[in-house]
Amino acid sequence: MKTMAVARTLFEKIWEAHLVAQPAGRSPILYIDLHLVHEVTSPQAFDGLRAAGRNVRQPARTVATVDHNIPTEPRGTPITDLIAAKQIAALQSNCKEFGIRLFDMDSPEQGIVHVIGPELGLTQPGMTIVCGDSHTSTHGAFGALAFGIGTSEVEHVLATQCLAQQRPKTMKIDVRGRLAEGVTAKDLALGIIGQIGTDGATGHVIEYAGPAVRALSMEGRMTLCNMSIEAGARAGMVAPDETTIAYVKGKRFAPSGAEWEKAVAYWRSLPSDDGAEFDEVVEIDAAQLCPFVTWGTNPGMVAPVTGRVPEVKGLEESDRRAAELALQYMGLEPGLRIEDIGIDRVFIGSCTNSRLEDLRAAARVARGHHVNAKVRAMVVPGSQTVKRAAEQEGLHRIFQDAGFEWRESGCSMCLGMNPDILQPGERCASTSNRNFEGRQGRGGRTHLVSPMMAAAAAIAGHFTDIRNWKYQ
Amino acid sequence: MKPFTVHRGRVAPLDRVNVDTDQIIPKQFLKRIEKTGFGQFVFYDWRFGTDGKKNPDFVLHEPRYEGASILVAGKNFGCGSSREHAVWALADFGFRAVISSSFADIFANNSAKNGFLAVPLSDDEVAQLMQRAQEIDDYQLTIDLEKCEVRDDQGFRAKFPIEEFTRHCLLNGLDDIGLTLQHEAEITAYEASHPAPATLRAS
Ligand code: SF4
Repeated sequence: MKTMAVARTLFEKIWEAHLVAQPAGRSPILYIDLHLVHEVTSPQAFDGLRAAGRNVRQPARTVATVDHNIPTEPRGTPITDLIAAKQIAALQSNCKEFGIRLFDMDSPEQGIVHVIGPELGLTQPGMTIVCGDSHTSTHGAFGALAFGIGTSEVEHVLATQCLAQQRPKTMKIDVRGRLAEGVTAKDLALGIIGQIGTDGATGHVIEYAGPAVRALSMEGRMTLCNMSIEAGARAGMVAPDETTIAYVKGKRFAPSGAEWEKAVAYWRSLPSDDGAEFDEVVEIDAAQLCPFVTWGTNPGMVAPVTGRVPEVKGLEESDRRAAELALQYMGLEPGLRIEDIGIDRVFIGSCTNSRLEDLRAAARVARGHHVNAKVRAMVVPGSQTVKRAAEQEGLHRIFQDAGFEWRESGCSMCLGMNPDILQPGERCASTSNRNFEGRQGRGGRTHLVSPMMAAAAAIAGHFTDIRNWKYQ
Repeated sequence: MKPFTVHRGRVAPLDRVNVDTDQIIPKQFLKRIEKTGFGQFVFYDWRFGTDGKKNPDFVLHEPRYEGASILVAGKNFGCGSSREHAVWALADFGFRAVISSSFADIFANNSAKNGFLAVPLSDDEVAQLMQRAQEIDDYQLTIDLEKCEVRDDQGFRAKFPIEEFTRHCLLNGLDDIGLTLQHEAEITAYEASHPAPATLRAS
């Protein structure tokens, strides 16, 4: 009798294909196909290499850019922050010394590391991808196993092109039904984190599945996978399909000719087999989701835009205290209607929501309106490529006419390592991924929303349900 | 890496859940290109006012917790960014270990690479230790990695789980790059059958 092959998940297929060695009593050694590097988490790793007299094993599989601390003023303006300038200079000289490709400040392809990987076709299905940045989970949208690592591990990958990794558990998040108009991948991500909590997927790799996920564009899938880390997950993935293949095709670093055919055949073999088992399964009904706004200081503290800041009384002790501290920091009272929360700033950008599709959605909302007089709003494209494409479509005009600032690409106010920061007490509608205390500037108050919701808030001066928006 | 075998020291309670890495080391201090000197910035926004003055109410500034080398904190400690600076800052400040009921994955990984111990105990055990650290003067704990055990002088004793290989590296202070490179032949063989894509090799 012929035995059937064991049904495997997408994660298991990629994991097993990259096992280099499984030493007894030790963590398995995994091969890394693509290592992305940026200025903030790499200098100490290169120093470590030099101190140990080691080399970069596979410079060709290592690609660097500057994104975290660079200003979003017009390029060519000198960097006034000398420590930031030194960090950028360190990356430049490290890349030169070790022969690593760098998309530098003045490169026409510079951008946030998780935006440029996909748009250059560096990110491909079936790959293992790491970067010294937790939002590396973004690349999982292509059906790659992509996760963030610390600086010691950056050094480890530079030296060995491998990582010693314990095998994570698997979780399937099955999203049934369809997202309604005005409810985006960002809202899906926030809805999931609100349901399972910021540590709901710790130790797991999530595979997002179901019709609502299949219906998402690559941009939407990237937004969804990007936020996996905010649920504690090691990585998030979506199985590759025709949407994925169409996106990768023709990109600068994508395979071509016979290589392309071979690659596509492999990619088509990657989706989880029928009957493959996950350690955990979560079901989400897309029809129950709506535009969300976070009210607290972690991404799990979310409320529907039509809802209110929650009561804390009923919560269990440690959660209650966390909620009280969050409300105190945010300057909010339980029971306040979300739509009554006024804002001072708007940030449209970050590796979560700064791609062309995000900017198009925000521009659709902004067209013909004007930013509220008390609000300062900025749009920061994820990359130079996104910026150019947006300008070709005239999106920058729509934003500028509406009173939004149109900036150069980078992480910007997602983490405020450059001069784009909130002042103490300022309240911001942000399309980024973290509303932690001080994340966008000390004392700053961040509310996470989708690009459409952010644009609408900029115009209204407070949160407003995008489903009632009058488009012009 | 500094080995971790048995450590005894004063305990400071940080009674908050979801302590994220932006709190442990705010981003404005991530621009240094060294691994050292981050201790002065640990929990910066909680420790110092906007005027740069010490916040005397913050727990680590209470004289009774001075010199503490073990931190007890609420669940999901170290969530957020991958910045290893968080571990460097805690270690540089003088901590050797954090006890919590759960840790974010990357934080736990980063800890192990720096001879710093992330000790997972149950919610109940963490609550007990939190209370003791708040109530008992100069409360001390012993973290024994050889026995995988945490104990105090008042009769508390609890085992904690840790992956065997991680434990081995911590006990011996091993650099895991060296360990991986023992598999040089296997890596080379893997690379022979999986060459870097042509598009990446072309410059
Ligand atoms: S945009 Fe924000 S989350 Fe994304 S890589 Fe930059 S700092 Fe990190």
